[in-house]
Amino acid sequence: MLRLASARTGGLVALAAIVAALPLFFPNNFYYDVAIKTALNAIVCIGLNLLIGYAGQISLGHAGFFALGGYASAILTARYGWPGLLAMLAGAVGVGLLAFAIARPVLRLRGHYLAMATLGLGIIVAIIINREIAITGGPDGMTVPRLWVGGWRVSGAVAWYWVAAGALLLAVWLSLNLIDSTLGRALRALHGSEIAAQTAGIDTTRYKVLVFVISAVFASLAGSLFAHAEGYVTPIEAGFLRSIEFVTMVVLGGMASTFGAVAGAAILTALPQLLTVFQDYKHLVLGAILIGVMIFMPNGLVPSVALSLRRLRPPVPAS
Amino acid sequence: MTKSAAVRHAELGTASVAEFLQFLFSGITVGAIYALVGVGFAIIYSASNVINFAQGEFVMLGGMATMFLLSGGEPLWLAALLAIVITAAIGLALNKFAVEPAAHRRGGGASVVTLIIITIGASIFIRGAAEVLLGKDSHRLPAFSGDQPIDIFGAKLDPQVLWVLGALALAVVGLRWFFARTRLGKAMLATSCNRLAAELVGIDVRMILLASFGLSAALGALAGILTAPITLTRYDIGIMLGLKGFCAAILGGLGSPFGAVAGGLLLGIAEAMAAGYLSSAYKDVVAFVIILAVLFLAPGGLFGAKATERV
Repeated sequence: MLRLASARTGGLVALAAIVAALPLFFPNNFYYDVAIKTALNAIVCIGLNLLIGYAGQISLGHAGFFALGGYASAILTARYGWPGLLAMLAGAVGVGLLAFAIARPVLRLRGHYLAMATLGLGIIVAIIINREIAITGGPDGMTVPRLWVGGWRVSGAVAWYWVAAGALLLAVWLSLNLIDSTLGRALRALHGSEIAAQTAGIDTTRYKVLVFVISAVFASLAGSLFAHAEGYVTPIEAGFLRSIEFVTMVVLGGMASTFGAVAGAAILTALPQLLTVFQDYKHLVLGAILIGVMIFMPNGLVPSVALSLRRLRPPVPAS
Repeated sequence: MTKSAAVRHAELGTASVAEFLQFLFSGITVGAIYALVGVGFAIIYSASNVINFAQGEFVMLGGMATMFLLSGGEPLWLAALLAIVITAAIGLALNKFAVEPAAHRRGGGASVVTLIIITIGASIFIRGAAEVLLGKDSHRLPAFSGDQPIDIFGAKLDPQVLWVLGALALAVVGLRWFFARTRLGKAMLATSCNRLAAELVGIDVRMILLASFGLSAALGALAGILTAPITLTRYDIGIMLGLKGFCAAILGGLGSPFGAVAGGLLLGIAEAMAAGYLSSAYKDVVAFVIILAVLFLAPGGLFGAKATERV
């Protein structure tokens, strides 16, 4: 137990150190902006990883939850004058309730049917956001007021970097603890064999619903932060391609690995931004990476690299 | 009822009949595309249990390649034929270089999630390649037999629609013949029934998988070429078409080509009716709402058999 706990804290401390040191290498605000986007994408991926990597349930519609969070913050603060944190909380509760309501019929489905259902839900959300122009601003999107926390107005790339980084560390810590809890063990059991898990007395439906709701709430909160940080939100955030992007990040980084989800988000957010020459070939390269990783590293980057490192290292004598 | 009221009523009647027919025609046209895409999903799925998310890209490739060859000076029929061959070759390559290496990896095949991501990756790749090579503009192919619409009870029917419907009918008849009469077709059916048993009687299952990708790609390209004169073609039309075709295939019970045809036509008509009578803004929602309702109420699809899963 003690060793597990220390490994967990070790990873978290390392991540915190990286996050704290990164600004030393940032020459301008553009880098902060990319880092903020990376952190917020990573939060979505950490939640999604619980669902895909641990519970073995795919979702091709999580951008819908992300966008709902973003638009909840945008609409409640801009049109109704709610305080930012309250709007964020309301968005998260609303998305959580929505996820809870649809989880049972959705998660009863498997494989391709599950993919289709989550994909359909995401697309319906995207179309509604696109069409309800009076409320959402339609395809042009809408501006989002600045976030106030108490008397502090969060503005500027540097301030947002620390907020996003703090939220990321919190998400990682939560995820690591969840994985080590009853929930995490139940999820791994049902990933292996749902029927075996049921036979062992695990209420698989309850845990699947729970993890679906958790991942949706992660996405919603990240979406709210994203809307405030960018000061702008558009229906693209709800789109099918955005959902695919999230899944890709999880799978690229490594399924069933919290740090893998963070690494995947970092790579796929930062690469196209930093290599602007890339822009025209963005889709070509993204597609090739997806196929290549799935063929050669089906477990994803972080677990594959970790495995080969472990093979290199001589076995530790038992103490 | 006075005479003038009766006449007005009759006029209103013909007007609404014409309107209904108009919606029906546009529904059948769109439905035929969904049907052809859905058939592609069904063929690959029944041969390999793979859902090919790049199916919509074949439709795009068919239209775009024809356009490209036409602008290079080829006659329409040759351009169309070449486009089908090129798309089929891309379908074969997709299987050979992306799906097969993952599906037949040493130590067990890939999971559903892995294969879904591979085909999504392939669709993004194909779209990206088309974007770079063929550009981002919309294109319209010339109609095959003129643009003069045919008048049927006051509704206008684009002659190109007859081409689309004819091709769909031909495809259905052709597939029936293919699965019932040819060696390859029968082998494909056998593989979809029981892969191991098919392998034991000497069927080259990999070959079947390859053929299914080629056939699906060719059908998709055909749909793309025939509809490009009616709806525009663009490098990114494949996303929505692929998703709607997937809806059609699921509605038809996944793995049944003829179920997919029925599902596609049904979706197209429902979509056109909803756009005409309810709200055109929410036209694209219809297919997904229907599919969610079906999945929640009858997870096996409308025309799917009830199956029990073995543990």
